[in-house]
Amino acid sequence: MLVLGIETSTPQSSVAIGSEQGVVASALVSRGASYNEFLLPAMRFCLDQSGIGFRNVGAVSVSLGPGLHSGMRIGVATAKALSQALSVPIVGMASLDILAYDVRYSSRLICTCLDAKRGEVFYAFYRPSPGGIQRITDYRVEKPYQLATAIQSRPEEVLLVGNGALLYRDEFEDLGPRVEIGTMSHAFPHAGSIVELALPRIFREDFDSVYDLEPLYLRRSARRIQWERIQGSRSA
Amino acid sequence: MEGDVVWSSPLPQVEDRPLGDWDDSVLILGIETSCDETSVAVVRGGREILSNVIASQTELHGEYGGIVPEIAARAHVEALSPAIREALVQADITFWDVDGIAATLGPGLIGSLLVGVAEAKSIAAVLEVPFIGVNHLEGHIYSNLLADPEATFPAVVLLISGGHTILVNARGHGDYQLLGGTIDDAAGEAFDKVARFLGLEYPGGPEIDRLALLGDPEAVRFPRAMIDVVGFDVSYSGLKTAVINHVRKLESRAEEVVVEDIAASFQAAVVDVQVKKTMDAVRHVGGDALFLCGGVAANSGLRQGLAEQCQRHGVRLSVPPLELCTDNAAMIAACGTAMARRGLYTSLDAAPDPNLPLIA
Ligand SMILES: [Zn+2]
Repeated sequence: MLVLGIETSTPQSSVAIGSEQGVVASALVSRGASYNEFLLPAMRFCLDQSGIGFRNVGAVSVSLGPGLHSGMRIGVATAKALSQALSVPIVGMASLDILAYDVRYSSRLICTCLDAKRGEVFYAFYRPSPGGIQRITDYRVEKPYQLATAIQSRPEEVLLVGNGALLYRDEFEDLGPRVEIGTMSHAFPHAGSIVELALPRIFREDFDSVYDLEPLYLRRSARRIQWERIQGSRSA
Repeated sequence: MEGDVVWSSPLPQVEDRPLGDWDDSVLILGIETSCDETSVAVVRGGREILSNVIASQTELHGEYGGIVPEIAARAHVEALSPAIREALVQADITFWDVDGIAATLGPGLIGSLLVGVAEAKSIAAVLEVPFIGVNHLEGHIYSNLLADPEATFPAVVLLISGGHTILVNARGHGDYQLLGGTIDDAAGEAFDKVARFLGLEYPGGPEIDRLALLGDPEAVRFPRAMIDVVGFDVSYSGLKTAVINHVRKLESRAEEVVVEDIAASFQAAVVDVQVKKTMDAVRHVGGDALFLCGGVAANSGLRQGLAEQCQRHGVRLSVPPLELCTDNAAMIAACGTAMARRGLYTSLDAAPDPNLPLIA
């Protein structure tokens, strides 16, 4: 089963094609090309280099974010169109889960943390479990100091990964050796991991609906928040 | 890798389908997501609409009194795939019958454009058919060719909507000359702003039109900005301000505000200016055909004003039905077909442009 993976929810975009035997081809870019410019040429590159046609792709998997809204939308829209035109299943998953899956061999509690802009981070906590990881909190968007407090309130040692962890490294280093901060190689979710994570779901036929799948927005639109504030103050 | 491929679905082989020479039987799938309508259409031969599905978000934006870009972008992601399915079902075709994919590249809201362009490019890549990035304004011009079998270039085009008010000399496919347009607010924008000030429901344009029919257009003499200025430009920002000032003055004097009269007088001012400038433009190019398009083309005052003047001067007026005046994908597919016939395909690394000009 050949699976196409797409990740465009962070400043690093990647595309990968793989099967149970591993990733066959992948492409990645962290600067320069926009998601628009990168995505289809990158897929074409992966397919051509590995001698695979679109029609050999058996499923599409995509990162839903949380992340940058334009990127999330381009990734999800692209994946939906591919799934629909090829009439193959689609599987969506959270960027934070993908990142955690990459560091599942740690014995520490895992916290993945992505830059959410506007001085905030997206994060979630995971416990390594046999053969994978288990998410033990909701996905959250908060200030880095709030995450630092959340880490502090846990008894376990924590492995903190993601570009948010690196960006606000100072806040987290203050917590001492109980917190280990992951390096650049674990700063962003990768499409290769998406393919790997998607395969068991595809074999279980645990698909998403192409008509219902949506990016994972942790924030409501700014206009809605502002409007409710106005409404709130009026009724107060 | 052959051994790994698990594939059993009987997809037609692309190689077996010769790419059409863009004759009258070609099928173009059009996608329009530039603003607050998610629309997908199938058009045959650039003229015949097989389907034109329009999912409107008006209700989503109603409570804010205007379009909220983030809400629009989210709604497009939600609505586009079902709209594509619906458009294919209504046209009674499958993806594999499609000869090309046309989508709006701009101008419009960037977050909205991104969604349609991403899906259009992906489908084109899978089907191995050309992707054609269409200018939304040029698309509007084609609504006239779709609606009216007799309509042909050359023609003067008045594109008048919530986002645009321009007069174009359309000499042929892709051969446009900008004659004039608004120097500030689009006509539809002025309608919406005045309506919001008067406390009317969103979208305000149709509501003003309805009330105008009940009021006296000569109750208030609002300014006809630029009506005596040489050229074909218009300005609606001052008119909007004049309406607001007038109503405030009445209120400060505790005089009655007759909304119907205000609506009728405001609409009369817009129609006077726009009809004069439009007919001036037609005379200037020596044309005998006028295309009206864009959402404000639905305005009864404007339609009537232009119809009278066109009849008097022997100009052939073409006005598409409402569903083709407002944003829709059929016009994008029709424009895309005309572009495909000229070999104007778009690369799959193209990005949408929120400020894409009609004339490069
Ligand atoms: Zn429009």
